[in-house]
Amino acid sequence: MEPLSWGAILVEILIRFTPVWIGMAAIFALSLTFKRRLGLYGKLFDSTIGMIGFAIVLFWVLTALFSNMIITHDPLVQVSGMKNKLPGTPVPEGTEGLGYYLLGGDNLARDVFSRMVAGSTIVMQIAPVATLFAFMVGITLGLPAAYYGGALDTFLSFLANLILAFPVILLFYLLVTPEIVATGLPTYMAAVLFLFPILFLVVLWNSRFFTQAGKRAAYISVTLVLGLWVYLGVAWNADPLGIISVPPNILIVFVSVVFVNAPTVFRIVRGIALDIKTRDYVAAAQTRGEGPWYTMLWEILPNARGPLIVDFCLRIGYTTILLGTLGFFGLGLAPESPDWGSTINDGRKLLSIYPHPALAPALALMSLVLGLNLLADGLREESLKD
Amino acid sequence: MGLFILRRIVIMILTALCLTFIVFVLTNLQPNLEKLAKTQGNVRMTDEQVATWLEMNGYTDPMLSRYGQWLGLLPGWTREDAEGNVTGRCISRDVPADVAPERCGVLQGDWGWSTVLRDEVSAIIGTRLGLTGILMFWVMLLMVPMALIMGVLAGMREGSRLDRSLSTVSIASTATPEYVSGVILIAVFASSAVGLKWFKGTATSAMDGITFENFTLPVVTIALYGMGYIARMTRASMTEVMTAQYIRTARLKGVSFPNIVLKHALRNALIAPFTVIMLQIPWLLNGVVIVETLFNYKGFGWTLVQAASNNDIELLLGCSVVAVVVVLVTQLISDVGYIFLNPRIRIS
Amino acid sequence: MTKWDYDGPILEIDKLSISFFTRLREIPAVMDFSVTVQPGEAMGLVGESGCGKSTVALGVMQDLGVNGRIVGGSIKFKGRDLGEMSAEELRHIRGSEIAMIYQEPMASLNPAMKIGKQLMEVPMIHEGISAKDAWDRALEVVTDVRLPDPKRMLNSYPHQLSGGQQQRIVIAMALMSKPSLLILDEPTTALDVTVEAAVVELVKELGKKYGTSMLFISHNLGLILETCDRLCVMYSGEAVERGSIEDVFDEMQHPYTQALFRSIPLPGADKNARPLVAIPGNFPLPHERPPGCNFGPRCDYFEAGRCDAGDIQMFPVPGNDRHATRCLKFQEIDWNAPMARAVSAEAAEIGRTVLKVDKLKKYYEVAANALFSGHRKVVKANEELSFEAREGETLAIVGESGCGKSTFAKVLMGLETATGGTITLDNSSIEQIPIEKRDTGTVSSVQMVFQNPFDTLNPSMTVGRQIIRALEIFRFGNSEAERRARMLELLDLVKLPRAFAERMPRQLSGGQKQRVGIARAFAGGARIVVADEPVSALDVSVQAAVTDLLMEIQREEKTTLLFISHDLSIVRYLSDRVLVMYLGHVVEMGTTDQVFSPPYHPYTEALLSAVPIADTSVAKKHIVLDGDIPSAMNPPPGCPFQTRCRWKSEVPGNLCETEVPPIRDLGDGHQVKCHLADDLLARMEPVITLAAE
Repeated sequence: MEPLSWGAILVEILIRFTPVWIGMAAIFALSLTFKRRLGLYGKLFDSTIGMIGFAIVLFWVLTALFSNMIITHDPLVQVSGMKNKLPGTPVPEGTEGLGYYLLGGDNLARDVFSRMVAGSTIVMQIAPVATLFAFMVGITLGLPAAYYGGALDTFLSFLANLILAFPVILLFYLLVTPEIVATGLPTYMAAVLFLFPILFLVVLWNSRFFTQAGKRAAYISVTLVLGLWVYLGVAWNADPLGIISVPPNILIVFVSVVFVNAPTVFRIVRGIALDIKTRDYVAAAQTRGEGPWYTMLWEILPNARGPLIVDFCLRIGYTTILLGTLGFFGLGLAPESPDWGSTINDGRKLLSIYPHPALAPALALMSLVLGLNLLADGLREESLKD
Repeated sequence: MGLFILRRIVIMILTALCLTFIVFVLTNLQPNLEKLAKTQGNVRMTDEQVATWLEMNGYTDPMLSRYGQWLGLLPGWTREDAEGNVTGRCISRDVPADVAPERCGVLQGDWGWSTVLRDEVSAIIGTRLGLTGILMFWVMLLMVPMALIMGVLAGMREGSRLDRSLSTVSIASTATPEYVSGVILIAVFASSAVGLKWFKGTATSAMDGITFENFTLPVVTIALYGMGYIARMTRASMTEVMTAQYIRTARLKGVSFPNIVLKHALRNALIAPFTVIMLQIPWLLNGVVIVETLFNYKGFGWTLVQAASNNDIELLLGCSVVAVVVVLVTQLISDVGYIFLNPRIRIS
Repeated sequence: MTKWDYDGPILEIDKLSISFFTRLREIPAVMDFSVTVQPGEAMGLVGESGCGKSTVALGVMQDLGVNGRIVGGSIKFKGRDLGEMSAEELRHIRGSEIAMIYQEPMASLNPAMKIGKQLMEVPMIHEGISAKDAWDRALEVVTDVRLPDPKRMLNSYPHQLSGGQQQRIVIAMALMSKPSLLILDEPTTALDVTVEAAVVELVKELGKKYGTSMLFISHNLGLILETCDRLCVMYSGEAVERGSIEDVFDEMQHPYTQALFRSIPLPGADKNARPLVAIPGNFPLPHERPPGCNFGPRCDYFEAGRCDAGDIQMFPVPGNDRHATRCLKFQEIDWNAPMARAVSAEAAEIGRTVLKVDKLKKYYEVAANALFSGHRKVVKANEELSFEAREGETLAIVGESGCGKSTFAKVLMGLETATGGTITLDNSSIEQIPIEKRDTGTVSSVQMVFQNPFDTLNPSMTVGRQIIRALEIFRFGNSEAERRARMLELLDLVKLPRAFAERMPRQLSGGQKQRVGIARAFAGGARIVVADEPVSALDVSVQAAVTDLLMEIQREEKTTLLFISHDLSIVRYLSDRVLVMYLGHVVEMGTTDQVFSPPYHPYTEALLSAVPIADTSVAKKHIVLDGDIPSAMNPPPGCPFQTRCRWKSEVPGNLCETEVPPIRDLGDGHQVKCHLADDLLARMEPVITLAAE
């Protein structure tokens, strides 16, 4: 068979992404129709920048969701004779999947296109959840630091600055090593970090419903049962039902990313809370005898949501970069894993001769982060216009 | 003011102690030490032999005591084996037991021995840091003025076309980490596949002599990522200042636009970015590690990676100390500089 | 370009219309606005927030930003159309011919530039004089604005000066090139009353000295009366009435002007016998203006089919000098008819004592320097506060910034604990019990109404939910339904439609938010309500309505109201007893009549004189205090007021500087903290006298 021309490659790739196009069209159509009723999300569609950002992010989210339908070959399978082949090279007869390597083969003769698509799934599995956990930790510690001030604030700020003073790569090299995993340290860190979301929710419900015993018991028990179940599975790999489990090397990546992000979130939350604390409605809550946690979680936190949502988007992008960095240095994730960082690392050795295996994941990562940054920018602009 | 700096320095030393202790603990975990024993002694050592080796080399002391020794606050360990040979932390072939100092640690200038690069850690870090210093110098020279100009131009007239395009450029630049921009730049400017071949894809030769050809890509790669962030901060600060009342006052007393920007806005607008630039240095450290690995430029970052991936404990400790000190000193400078730049705090 | 001579009016604005353009629509901010300012004349521009008065000023300056544009009419300055000038010509006029003074003195000075440099810049740009000459000029003008130690001032940064001094610098900067027209945009709003009085005095004097015409923008009719020759009343983007001060104040010809005057507390108003008349309804949003007369929907004289038929022109009022009104019916309305009495009410019965404060002290320990903490300093925020408050009584606490009135509120609410003394609520002392340790009954019976309407409600919770939350926390009712029913009742109580329960706070106007705040405070059946400047951030026409609502609920619920305010007019109107505070001390206390008539404490006397009163029939003695209020961090020794007291020389020896005066009872519970001898106190004359009617 003849190799595909660049135009044909492009057409073929566009066709492969069909499920994504359909999904994007549906979501955009719905959102544009109802944008006046959708609050801040709806207003995003007033800003061109925000809409472009949202489109890019949505593209990768859907790609991650439908990756099994999009990939042309198994991202881990090596096809002999396809090593470092250029984009559009036909595969030997009898190989499963499409007749071509759309974006060529890498130095182990795997399909670059499929690896790039599969890589998005790994990013989408880790980055948003890790960022969410970092936010839970940062919020649970940042609010009391700002609210109480004094020694607690000094201590927590010192801790946060301590972690922030570590160069990230050094921290990764220290945390994400087989030796550390052998000591069990990541598990203990996970055990501590993952307690925060449960703690957060319990305090949230308790402060809100402590005047109504029935509601309080209901909310808190549901949270505890669900939370502890997930907690056992994720942090201790001891899910009694055996449904939830996280491989240890993913867990350590997850924990270190949360660990690196949480202090920054802490500082942001603390800063905003210090400002909101001086508002009259906080004083009003205090003068009617509300507890400190109600004031923090129901009076201060909801009004900090604007800047926090914006930072959340930015931070997912940053987490993606961190995951790439980990992959780039071959830390944590399995060597053959198709995540973008590892793929770039694999491809960089022959970069001057065969740039395509490294370029595809590099561009993918860049576009996702760019999309998230544009989205954050659009959200910031629109939330300020209120 | 003096009191303030003193307090900050005390906090800084405290932080440095905490951080180095953490690094010390993390690098001296049992698995690391066992691995070290096997690389230094014999790969096929039995567990018992490993234990003896560790015992003989002072690795069985309590963690805190070993940290004290490494720091040079506590006297170094000494052991006498069955034959009456005295070994010790401060004793080596060149320094026999009778003349060996009591303490030898970081404070005495003895940073230890690199097992991988086979040299004094202090010597390695000295040369490597010099190489990285050159790289950083060019990066700063390119990045800071560019970023400030971009930020000021964009923030000067918020919402203008210039602002829109410069902002998009800076967003794109913050979205491109070094390992991505490096790959793209090499692919475009250095790979034989495209054929531009303007620059070299490695910077190994730059260690002997810097040329435009071998040094441009690494410098640009690091500068690109940091530039966008500083530019955005500058822009934000500039737009805020440009909407301030006193700028309207200046405009309505007849000051021309260039003079408003230069005389009234700039000084106020650059206070915030100064802090950002200083705090950016720790981030540049990341970039340095990535770029030096990518371009094979054997500077500080490359050394750190080598030390970390080869279990070279003392070299890694040395690198960490330098990294932490760099971060803390820049934080100190940023705090002091902020006060100095801001008359509202300076004179009160 | 040099200044040119012109004989005609300094400023002629003719049928000016200004609009702001957003993505969605054009928002007209000023419509069909005309005004003329003659040389040496001071023109007042008065109206509520959002009426477009500041936009007019910016229009004159041709500085409307990217979204604003002049869409009709012309602005002529000394005969030349500003709209047709090039950017370069405009730049030469700004600062040298037309200068502007703004509301926030701190914000309008460059924080990173020394004051001297900011002043010298003006003549150096416009007249091209040398730095040395400019320095001399700056020194001269700074001396003119009566700042102490002018050389040191010129070498300081703005933050080293107090608010009053900063405003003087801004005035000096405006006068540096001896402009022909000075625009003052609410120049004293951010200042304390006694400081404001001094600044106003200065502006008037310098205006005469330099022969400058002035355009004085303010929401305060009293201030306009004191400073201006003529005024123009604006409402919702239009001038509604224009004329000389005497004509407009005494022979007003527009229903809005009339309603405005009836809604502000003038001497003689009384909460029971002669209550204020609030203007019904709300200020229309710029894109929701009614057809025809903008004031129509809120006007008592509205005639459907006529007032809302089409645009209304300005009509000259015959017989008066350049007096015009934008009312179709001005010749039909009987302007002298007595106002339709708002329902006058029985005075509430004052019952037993509920709250007793005895020798209350609150000291703070603060770092002497915010950044370089080292030695600490004690700030005496409250010094020996003693008073009683009875059921159904309104007790006003009056004072300027730093007097300790808000600290007292915090201690009473339990947000802080007292350093000494006692607060007794129904026989139990609460001064040492912080809010979290107080029982629900105590908490719900002492509640607070806050100052800033835009800050008082949680922006991300519906109005109804916020009131229900207060009910929940006060353990009211057993079910959600019961609480919901009570919440709707509370909305009725504050005269808000029940539909508001589902609204978010941002959908409410300032006055409506303040009503919700009041409903929330009364949710648990509060018996003592502390109102911390509850109406000072509201527009004049809304103030009256909210004040009256508060009075009405108080009468019904027999609440004790502690009304904290700096505004003596409103205090005189609604309070039964008054407490005057200065730097943490209570300097005078007594019934409203006792405090507002001689003998006064010298501070009360100055405060009374400083409050601008919008009534031409009131004669006021002019007492201008020197300097600013000392910082509470660094109070003067002896009597706290001695640094500014005009009676100090009457006290023998240096008693005032060394000893804090004792509290003296002048009879009937009228207490004064002053060293002045009895005969001197007895000789004091009233500050305010009403001309015989």
